[in-house]
Amino acid sequence: MAAKFDTPELFDNIEIIDTPRYAVDSMAHSRPYPAKPQHNESLGFPGELVDNWEEKAVTRLGELVDGSRALRTFLDSCVKCGACTDKCHYYLGTKDPKNMPVARQDLLRSIYRRYYTFSGKYFPKLVGARDMDKSVLDEWYSYFHQCSQCRRCSVFCPYGIDTAEISMAARDIMDSVGLGQKYCNEILGKLQTIGNNLGLPEKALINTLEDLEEEVEEDTGVAVKYPVDVKGADVLLIVPSADFFAEPHIDGLIGYGKVFHQAGISWTLSSYASEAANFSMFIGSGDNLKKVAQRIRDAAEELGVKRIIVGECGHAWRVAYSFWNTLVGPFDFLDPNYPAPQHIVEFTYDLIQRGALNLDKEANDHRRITFHDSCNVARASRMGNMPGGQFILPRALITASANHFFDMSPETIHENTFCCGGGGGLLTDDLMEIRIKGAMPRMQALKQVVDEHDVNSMVAICAICKAQFSKALPAYQFPMGMITSLHQVVGDAIQLGTKT
Amino acid sequence: MTLSVVYAILFYAATLLLVVGVVRKIIIYARTPAPLKIPVTPAPTTKAGVVWRMTKEITVFQSLFKASKWTWLFGWTFHVALALVLFRHLRYFQEPVWTVVALMQPFGQYAGFAMLAGLFGLWARRFLVDRVRYISSLSDHLMLALLVAIGLSGLAIKYLAHTDIVALKTWMLGLMYFDLQPLPSDIFVLLHLGLVIVLMVIFPISKLLHVPGLFFMPTRNQVDNPREVRHTAGWTAK
Repeated sequence: MAAKFDTPELFDNIEIIDTPRYAVDSMAHSRPYPAKPQHNESLGFPGELVDNWEEKAVTRLGELVDGSRALRTFLDSCVKCGACTDKCHYYLGTKDPKNMPVARQDLLRSIYRRYYTFSGKYFPKLVGARDMDKSVLDEWYSYFHQCSQCRRCSVFCPYGIDTAEISMAARDIMDSVGLGQKYCNEILGKLQTIGNNLGLPEKALINTLEDLEEEVEEDTGVAVKYPVDVKGADVLLIVPSADFFAEPHIDGLIGYGKVFHQAGISWTLSSYASEAANFSMFIGSGDNLKKVAQRIRDAAEELGVKRIIVGECGHAWRVAYSFWNTLVGPFDFLDPNYPAPQHIVEFTYDLIQRGALNLDKEANDHRRITFHDSCNVARASRMGNMPGGQFILPRALITASANHFFDMSPETIHENTFCCGGGGGLLTDDLMEIRIKGAMPRMQALKQVVDEHDVNSMVAICAICKAQFSKALPAYQFPMGMITSLHQVVGDAIQLGTKT
Repeated sequence: MTLSVVYAILFYAATLLLVVGVVRKIIIYARTPAPLKIPVTPAPTTKAGVVWRMTKEITVFQSLFKASKWTWLFGWTFHVALALVLFRHLRYFQEPVWTVVALMQPFGQYAGFAMLAGLFGLWARRFLVDRVRYISSLSDHLMLALLVAIGLSGLAIKYLAHTDIVALKTWMLGLMYFDLQPLPSDIFVLLHLGLVIVLMVIFPISKLLHVPGLFFMPTRNQVDNPREVRHTAGWTAK
């Protein structure tokens, strides 16, 4: 756990986020716990730092560049124009110049130049090329775990250079020489052996859901079901496992159940694939990415469902929407009348359009709502059939379910959204300082709508965002309970028992 | 005549390096697979949409405009001016001169000044904006110095110390038709040509690779249709 640190101050009446002067190495001390040998080995990586790791790391970098057009063009093309320098929430929150996207990229680019370019081989000083050594590795470990892979920088880059890809590559290289991050690698191990990030076994999952059914029936008087492993159900719902126990996630899960209940569509969870999250993306591991995705395809085939729907989880939706078809497709065994996969927001949106849900907006009159666009949904996926649907659909769900909605400042929403500060595999207590500081820009934008519109509820559609805000909100003197699941708002508005 | 021969050899060598170097890079970019769909969204859902997105990036630097108005102003001014200047220079490579090139002549000359203004603006940022100063390496400064020197020496030929432009053009045409002619040995001519040779040589081994690289970035040139069309390449095709 990092030493005590000061939470950045929020300003009054600020329209745009202030860009700080930089403070060199102010976050150099931030390092996540390294993974234990058994965690690395279970994912196919060496347990500990290998002997000739410098050489192996350079070789691995070459393999990655040969296999990725993105990485190759990104490393070659940056002109250091500076457009990205004030766009990263971690830079804005920490003032550490190595958290400027271009500087973070250069931690890797300097090695690429040294070993794989003419200018770096013969004029290293001139172009800022460096030898691969321990100090470089230390810097990588520190600063590539201060990137949430949110892609905000790439929106503003004149060429579209995406630091997320570079940070994934750096983590892949570190894993390949035996330096893994505990949080991601331990979780991936649990996911591959037990079926979810929590390590929640089948029996515990079933018990949890039975308790949930009782609770919802007590609250509403209606027997809403939360089924597991029901063969022949129409829909397989894949949710982040945080939805089974964490607040406010579980209220979202309750909401999904209410939507299915009123729509009268049969659905099921899977105990084999009880996890939407796929942290393999965070560590840039293609093998693991595919393996984890395969579990979900296998579960869908085994259960004989017609559709797969994904719950509220940002990076999971990126993996599902953008990668599943590539990795484990084609999904030709599913009903071709629906996109595969579908987001729960798309599903609920379609039901609302068809008038299949009875929503009472007044049920949410105590909420004054704003919406946090999650980075992976906003900048790495889509909902609906038009570009930008990922911004329109969730807001449509809110305004169909509630009367009071206020967007945050335009430069902080939609594709300009600021990351919550905990994405990309950073959602761990040993990185609390970078998480809290990185939340500053979002908190600043939130403060504005709180001051101007008395907003008391920030809705999100990502398990990581929800968990992160549960920590960040109190740090910035907001009530923890402000963070709300989108399907909690929808679920609260659904008038159960009014449709048959 | 010695000078003429030396410059001729250098020009041929530089042209060869530029063409081979850039073509080689383009082939490498084209052959390197893009295993996953990674367009930065919202992204176009059709190929025509992608063409439109890229056109906006290439012609008006849309994303840079969004990012930083000053950088956009200087960067866009420099690039457009450079394009005009290069176009104007076509007159030294053709006889007779195309009408459109002749018509552009006055604009091309003003563009020389605009190009320098843009370059000085970009360079000033490397000193005045602390973040940009931090990320600038020696090569970033040298690249600007080189372009500024090319611009200044070019303008010097026009406005400061006239050269025998007809003789210069004769030399250049001679170069193209392998019929070597004497090169006017004015200092600014030699400087201008020498620096252009340097620029041509470093193009394929420097950040100037952003020119071909820009067209190959999957974040911008991919269609947002991963659910509709199954994409595989590289390791995802195995």
